Amino acid sequence: MSTPDTALTPASPTRVIILNPEDRRAERLSAFVRYTLLIVVGFIMLYPLLWLIGASFKSNAEIFNSIGFIPQEPTLDGYRKGWETSTPYTFGRFFWNTFLIILPKTVFTVISCALVAYGFARFEFRFKKLLFASLIATLLLPNVVTRVPQYILFRDLGWLDTYLPLWVPSAFAGDAFFVFMLVQFLRAIPRDMEEAARVDGANSFQTLIYIVVPMLIPALISVALFQFMWTMNDFLGPLIYLSSVESFPVSLALKLSIDTTEAFDWNRILAMSVLALLPALVVFFIAQRYFIEGISVGGVKG
Amino acid sequence: MARLQIRNLEKTYANTFKAVHGINLDVNDGEFMVLVGPSGCAKSTTLRMIAGLESISGGDVVIGDRVVNRLQPGARGIAMVFQNYALYPHMKVRKNLSFGLRLQGASKAEIERKTNDVARILEIEELLDRLPKQLSGGQAQRVALGRALIKEPEVFLFDEPLSNLDAKLRASMRVRITDLHKRLKQEGMSSTVIYVTHDQTEAMTMGDRICVMKDGHIMQVADPKTLYDRPANAFVAGFIGSPEMNLIDGRLDGNQFHIGDQALSLPDELMARLQEPAGHVTLGIRPQHLRVGAEHGLKAHVTGAEFMGHEVVLHLSVADARLVAVLPAADYVDLERETAVTLNLDPGKAHVFDQSGENISLSQLH
Repeated sequence: MSTPDTALTPASPTRVIILNPEDRRAERLSAFVRYTLLIVVGFIMLYPLLWLIGASFKSNAEIFNSIGFIPQEPTLDGYRKGWETSTPYTFGRFFWNTFLIILPKTVFTVISCALVAYGFARFEFRFKKLLFASLIATLLLPNVVTRVPQYILFRDLGWLDTYLPLWVPSAFAGDAFFVFMLVQFLRAIPRDMEEAARVDGANSFQTLIYIVVPMLIPALISVALFQFMWTMNDFLGPLIYLSSVESFPVSLALKLSIDTTEAFDWNRILAMSVLALLPALVVFFIAQRYFIEGISVGGVKG
Repeated sequence: MARLQIRNLEKTYANTFKAVHGINLDVNDGEFMVLVGPSGCAKSTTLRMIAGLESISGGDVVIGDRVVNRLQPGARGIAMVFQNYALYPHMKVRKNLSFGLRLQGASKAEIERKTNDVARILEIEELLDRLPKQLSGGQAQRVALGRALIKEPEVFLFDEPLSNLDAKLRASMRVRITDLHKRLKQEGMSSTVIYVTHDQTEAMTMGDRICVMKDGHIMQVADPKTLYDRPANAFVAGFIGSPEMNLIDGRLDGNQFHIGDQALSLPDELMARLQEPAGHVTLGIRPQHLRVGAEHGLKAHVTGAEFMGHEVVLHLSVADARLVAVLPAADYVDLERETAVTLNLDPGKAHVFDQSGENISLSQLH
């Protein structure tokens, strides 16, 4: 005989709980409160984004007249004029420039960080601990500290106003965070597969390419995504190293619209901000599964 | 055709811990050699040094006529089966099997032929297009076996390959591996095997010879029967056999073996075999060779009985010592706890070990 509020089905491996009407009401109320709270807080967090999207369809005058995010008289004016910009180039040019920075930076980050992480995670060599500690130390170093010496170095190399200072450091595993993340991920993967590959006749490099990289793919996708988003959002780097408008990426171009005209049109800036958000969002949603897998495995099992 | 020799092999880790202490072992061509011992006895380390996965601190590993110390694992002519299969998770079974051949640059036709041959031998043809995660433990282990077989190596290395399988599957895989070994041998292919296990049943049933290891030393190398009947020392005596051999510490005075306040007259046959018949010794007698209900002998108390169907395992106490006796089920009578019984031993089967653990009763034992 089952108790009034719970019952066990003997043949089934899972426990089935049957609630009485009173408990069911309490359960529903609790769910209602929880969901309401989550929706309200979620809405508050998302409101600036919703307002941004809504305001990008408003006229410049309406932006300052109403607090709501739904435009009274929707217009694509902001997008049309914003795209043209006040420079000789359209926003398409700035997107292309961003792409020219992101592509080599992401690709080389993935390659170089995988190589360096493989070295740290799988090989014993002299001063390994010291070198790894230095790597972690660079993580803790504030970025501003290295800005001036880096600038002087790149100036002497004649790299100012080119994209080289923006991606070349990444080609040498300059992003310690990614190396650290991959090392943690690799430590969670048993070495047996790599040893089996060595017995099968693979050298270290073949083991990396054929065995380690395929197993690292979720983590590498996370690295690529992080790098993609951070580079997309990077403002300071391009600001320091790029001086010609024709080579500006999106992040600088947005600021440009504010600088060049005295009475600037907010709806243009907001419209272009919405467009600037899109690539990162699209890429994130496409690769979301790998991204979450990559950071959770790397982080938890390390 | 390959013989494997290990000469004064040593392993010292960076923290100065010495895991392997200059061991020597000869494995004949086509021989199935089992390395067995408790956890931490360095059997796996030894195997990994043979494979080239662990550096060698001293001594040589010779496969065929070549010293392979400095060769990469892939160039040593070995293949290895790992405890947790170590299949490449992103490759289908077919690619897993042929990975080594592809690295060697074998032709497509050869890869195809060998893959199919191996799949047929191991009955994994229907698994060829599956990923490792779609395989059961037994299937995965067969694929791992196939990956070793396809290389046609000079020496096969097995690192506790059956430990992850359930008892029933383990028994059938044991037979499969020994059958495979015999088949390779009959077909004149290289079939030298080094097989690491901590399971003495595996060791006894599979090995042509068994190498028992402890703390980085070899305790004895012999065929299973010799190991069981003529253990060189108390460690081997206790490690091989189930339930393990009774080892009773006592003092030998003439032919009287004193344990606590009791004395047991050792049979003349045993006394005749002893090299130094006096002092503190350990008497070793297997549970199967204890006679319960003799007229003379040690007075013991029953502390428990386990009825196993075909036999009964009787737990006994004599003075401070705890002993185990195995009786045929036919001789079983329901014994109460604390029942007093008299124990004696099968004279031809007892052993005496000196204080260092060496067997001093081997000389004329048959």
